[in-house]
Amino acid sequence: MRTFFALIRRDVTLGIRASGGAALSAAFFALIVVLAPLGLGPDMATLKSASPGLFWIAALLATLLGLERIVQPDVEDGTLDLLRLSPLPLEFVALAKIISHWLTSGLIITILAPALAPLLNLSLDAVPVLALSLLIGTPALSAIGAAAAALGASVQRGGMVLALLALPLNIPFLIFGSTAVAQAQTNTDPTQALTLLGACSLIAVVVGSIAAATSLRLNDD
Amino acid sequence: MPVLAYANPERFARLARSLTPWLLGSAVGLLLAGLFLGLFLAPPDYQQGDAARIMYVHVPAAWMAMFVYGCMALASAVAFIWKHPLADVAAKASAPIGCIFTALALITGMLWGKPMWGAWWVWDARLTSVLILFFMYLGYIVLWNAIEDPARAVRAARILALVGAINIPIIKFSVDWWNTLHQGASVFRADGPSITGSMLIPLLVMAVAYNVLYAALLLIRMRAEIAERRLRSIRLGLEFEPK
Repeated sequence: MRTFFALIRRDVTLGIRASGGAALSAAFFALIVVLAPLGLGPDMATLKSASPGLFWIAALLATLLGLERIVQPDVEDGTLDLLRLSPLPLEFVALAKIISHWLTSGLIITILAPALAPLLNLSLDAVPVLALSLLIGTPALSAIGAAAAALGASVQRGGMVLALLALPLNIPFLIFGSTAVAQAQTNTDPTQALTLLGACSLIAVVVGSIAAATSLRLNDD
Repeated sequence: MPVLAYANPERFARLARSLTPWLLGSAVGLLLAGLFLGLFLAPPDYQQGDAARIMYVHVPAAWMAMFVYGCMALASAVAFIWKHPLADVAAKASAPIGCIFTALALITGMLWGKPMWGAWWVWDARLTSVLILFFMYLGYIVLWNAIEDPARAVRAARILALVGAINIPIIKFSVDWWNTLHQGASVFRADGPSITGSMLIPLLVMAVAYNVLYAALLLIRMRAEIAERRLRSIRLGLEFEPK
């Protein structure tokens, strides 16, 4: 377990300090939210109805950003080989990477989103649901992203490949997450969407860890 | 000879070579027959008129879109468990074929949607999940092309196909929950098909034709892939040969 937490601490530190880390995800997320009204027009009613989806699309795109950083450098500089020698099963190495990626992207987005809610005229009642849905859903985005990143680790500059692999698999979270927020905004009970989001999220974290670990094993020839 | 004997790539290629012309010939014959039955002999729909005839091209293509992904995932699972190279070859060869069937289903669906629904595209659950399936095929093909080392690409592609197969039901379910407009199933139903016989027969002929076509194309592509692999290993062998 000590290795597990040490690994999380290391990756979070790297994620905060390295360029393209946590700050970049947060700024990117905020920028999408700011750019949306410029594309959609300043009409408050339009923004209100579009805001649940926009927040979730912004979250999907922003979590993609840090993904290359969590696997690729370790493969290149040999850290991965050392991790494979450690007694910690590779599935837990993958889980540690998912958690540290989430701490430096999903968690920050979750904290940032309520502050940005007024920009898109999201109704006040829906703000807690937005935060809750992001809190439940973003770990899954990191998990699926980590699996895609591990698959793409053998690809030079695989950023676009990574996006193409991860985004279709993220669709359930986009649907359940934005539906929950939209329901909260129209005063419908969002519990069903949130529980489905939670269920899918749990599946994704398990499948994502296993798939990422299996893909990391690809790199030994 | 037991079936497993054909797991030898050499023997498989020989069998595939002798089967291909027969399969290709019967696929073309069945396609022509199915199209004739569907486009000329089957009665027009009482509501949709002749526009419903696009069904004979569209519906089996949509079936194939899912069936081929299933085959790909199954082949990947076999490759994953028994590490058999032919299974990888089959999965790789299936992807572009499935991708084309999916594109065919989408395009014919759009052509039908314009006169019937009044729009080329609606964000309905089935349309959306087929579109996503199309992107998953693309992702798989791109991954194959993106990784230069073939040995590594093989293993990455296996994992992607399997993760995709786990996710497809979840995506399907979430999209269904999201929105539904497309008509329900009318052939595969517990109480038997609700579609009339004169329309069902051309549909089934087309479905069989597509399947035979898939088999023929698959064998051709697999043979090409086996030949390419052999070429690669011969080339590698020449490079390392002492002069």
